[in-house]
Amino acid sequence: MTQRTRNLLLLAPAGTWFLVMLIVPLTVVLVFSFGERGASGGYVPAFTLEQYANLPARWAAFKNTLMLAPIGTFAALVIAYPLAYYLAVLASPKWKTMLLVLVIVPFWTSILIRSYAWIFLLGGRGIPALLELIGIEGVRLINTPFAVLVGIVYGYLPLMVFPIFVSLDRLDKRLLEASSDLGATRIRTFLQVTLPLSLPGIATGSLLVFILLMGEYLIPALLGGGKVFFVGNALVDLFLQSRNWAFGSAVAATLVIIMLISVTLYMRLISKLGAQREDVSLM
Amino acid sequence: MNKGEYTPGREGGGKKIIAELRAVSKRFGDVLAADDLNLAIEEGEFLSFLGPSGCGKTTALRMLAGFEAPTDGEVLLDGDVVNKLDAHLRPVNMVFQHYALFPHLTVAQNIGYGLKQRRPRPSKAEIADKVAKALDLVQLKGFEDRRIWEMSGGQQQRVALARAVVNEPKLLLLDEPLAALDRKLRKDMQIELQNIQRSLGITFILVTHDQEEALSMSDRVCIMRAGKIEQIGSPQDLYDRPRNRYVAGFVGSTNFFDGKVANVSGSVANVTLGNGQDVTGEAVHDLHPGQDVTVSVRPEQISLSTKASDGSLPVTVLNRIFLGEHTEYLVRHDSLGDFLVLAPRLAELNEGPFNTGDVLQASWDAGAALVLENN
Repeated sequence: MTQRTRNLLLLAPAGTWFLVMLIVPLTVVLVFSFGERGASGGYVPAFTLEQYANLPARWAAFKNTLMLAPIGTFAALVIAYPLAYYLAVLASPKWKTMLLVLVIVPFWTSILIRSYAWIFLLGGRGIPALLELIGIEGVRLINTPFAVLVGIVYGYLPLMVFPIFVSLDRLDKRLLEASSDLGATRIRTFLQVTLPLSLPGIATGSLLVFILLMGEYLIPALLGGGKVFFVGNALVDLFLQSRNWAFGSAVAATLVIIMLISVTLYMRLISKLGAQREDVSLM
Repeated sequence: MNKGEYTPGREGGGKKIIAELRAVSKRFGDVLAADDLNLAIEEGEFLSFLGPSGCGKTTALRMLAGFEAPTDGEVLLDGDVVNKLDAHLRPVNMVFQHYALFPHLTVAQNIGYGLKQRRPRPSKAEIADKVAKALDLVQLKGFEDRRIWEMSGGQQQRVALARAVVNEPKLLLLDEPLAALDRKLRKDMQIELQNIQRSLGITFILVTHDQEEALSMSDRVCIMRAGKIEQIGSPQDLYDRPRNRYVAGFVGSTNFFDGKVANVSGSVANVTLGNGQDVTGEAVHDLHPGQDVTVSVRPEQISLSTKASDGSLPVTVLNRIFLGEHTEYLVRHDSLGDFLVLAPRLAELNEGPFNTGDVLQASWDAGAALVLENN
């Protein structure tokens, strides 16, 4: 077996998978996006930019997605970093493993069930009822952007915690001593050593959460109550309810393009921050 | 470069005590890592903590650096008790065992790190100037913009040294700095470290388990065992007048013979060895008749001959290793066991070289044997 055939064989399963499950559907979406809606729904071949011209009709979905995905990513980062720091740097080895397991435990239950729990918590008989007890009245949480934000941060937190935990866990703790020895306060040690060296974890975690949030569907549907909807919800609506495949494809294609651009810009920024560092090799 | 710039002001004449441990103990859970350490470190001296791993030498160093607080006792720097002073506030810098260089910074940024932390913050030009001088000192001119992973182990070691001395610390602590280098490089660095120490006049405190390293570089060596200081002295002191069997075994190589004190007169003790033979030796400490002791004789102080003399021991040559200047013989005595003899080349002009299996007489001068306490 030559080197070449062996390489091809190694790549064949993944390559086939990519071709069938990614390239072909994406091509179909792209082709459909230039077509027209049939009289009774579905797709009629055509070449028109009409669907793209109609995009502003779905502006609200794009606006929600483009606001809540970055905000959600950032909120997850702000909440996950201290937790990951505690787990990696401060927690005693005895507790570390158990605490890490606790971080994953929510994954053992379906996100659907967990989101229903949040519907109750954020709903009229949940947190607002508690707030009324202490005299804060008229707080409405469910079906607001805040509810969706709570849901997505809750759902995706572990995906942020783990990469950051790994990068902090790998961090040579002697570097922190060295920094202190050289006269840096704890805060300056954190800003000058810990934070830059955990950048790979921050970058990976943020990217992971951001990409998944851009395509999120379930949490806005449950906690947004049709008032706060993402592009994902718009797509479900277009393909299944209005059966406008052509317009749906245009919306989908636009989302893919927006993600490509934002992820590329983000990676550029990260590699600039990492300044050709050997240890910042993202994807 | 202007070497004077690094030299801390020395007070004329009498040496100043720059750091001190007073009855310092450190307990980690059930382990007493440092046990009643008392030590005064003079300004400008090169002092080594020598001992096997787990003897407390690193704990002592870390207490001086401020990474550990003593459980008992006082740590003094420049006359002030600093038990509670955080590491980042101490005028002390450390060269870490595995260097602990910042992988995300360049060589120059690593070296300038300590200067950057000072408040008021020195100007960029001032930092650049000091960094350049430090790089020059460790012979790494032109490596400013290199990344740490682009440097060899020896170069990283130099960067670590430069990163510490650039701050002109009152104490420079070195934690096994040469352990990761290969033998040849280690030798070169030993000489270089000594030169740098002398030219800067900074007090160096070295932690090592390598006796040769400690003896060759230090003004004074502090030998530790199980959290305690066994003996402090100049390398020669320790070699010639070890306090006990442990120190003698740790400094240079030596032969031990077990015996019992027969009688003592002044500093001379007569000892009856295991085989009933009497030997005379210098008693380093007060001994009393009947005490179990160890007689230590350095291999280079034993001579071999085909002719018997008064008190000589009959031995058989087991092994011979030619070392150039010297030849090392491993010989066996029927009741005293095996011991080493180091014969200089000159001695071999008269008699020898001997071969494995030769039956010879081993002897030493009366003053060569040391009678030591057994612990």
